[in-house]
Amino acid sequence: MQAPSPALLVAPSDRDRRLARYAVAAIAASLVEAAIPSPLPGVKPGLANIVILIVLARHGWRDAAWVSALRVVAGSLLAGQFLAPGFFLAAAGALCSLAVLGALQSVSWHRLGAVGRSVAAAFAHIGGQLLLARLWLVPHDGLFNLAPVFFAAALLFGTVNGIVAARLMREK
Amino acid sequence: MGDWLVIAAALAVTAGSAAHQWGKSPPARAQVRMDGRIVAELPLAGTHRIAIDGALARLGPTVIEVDAGRARIAADPGPRQYCVQQGWLSRTGSIAVCAPSRVTLQLVGPDSSHDTVAF
Repeated sequence: MQAPSPALLVAPSDRDRRLARYAVAAIAASLVEAAIPSPLPGVKPGLANIVILIVLARHGWRDAAWVSALRVVAGSLLAGQFLAPGFFLAAAGALCSLAVLGALQSVSWHRLGAVGRSVAAAFAHIGGQLLLARLWLVPHDGLFNLAPVFFAAALLFGTVNGIVAARLMREK
Repeated sequence: MGDWLVIAAALAVTAGSAAHQWGKSPPARAQVRMDGRIVAELPLAGTHRIAIDGALARLGPTVIEVDAGRARIAADPGPRQYCVQQGWLSRTGSIAVCAPSRVTLQLVGPDSSHDTVAF
């Protein structure tokens, strides 16, 4: 007879709970906007990035990266898009914007606030998506005919999301 | 402060990409190719009408019309008529392809950019 294996106890830390709460908010935001019809795939408000920005400001880049990764994976699972092309585009966008946000971490928040970070991240996001789409899905430069539209949307939504994130953080 | 810098840079990127992608010069010539070789080049000024014998020449010619800066395939013997239904082409780089006839009509600019525009 084998001895019963000891129960495996997973005790979530406070950080785990915090990350999960933020991730839920981010996933809810991306599911809500998945229901909004878009004239062009790729043009989206990116509401989840408001949550990412708040996590970045309050808890740092590592936590923001966790929430972003959970948002992309769990969000795509819930939307039935896991491993579909849209998932890889979302992942490429999230990776690029996290890279830019990480590079900007050395700049103090007094000098560069939520709006600037949001716009920079939005451009990195659409840039990563365009690059992956060009390399993989639409191997033709005709794709870049739409780049100005994507950039204008990134500027608009990046600014709005940054303002919303700044407001929410001020209210606390 | 930094926020305005980022927004200004973002504006510059957006405007620059728009100028680069959409600021193409108006088309200068209509290039007609058969089997990939240029068989006719029509200036877009004025009105012209030419007939090309494509791969389906036994069913009839492919007719190309130029009128005041635009061009179209007016007739083609192909079964599905996609290139005819495409109508007038007016932007640099746009192309109409009559695949069964192996005839293409493309508008090229003075700098002969080889990008295509498809809708």
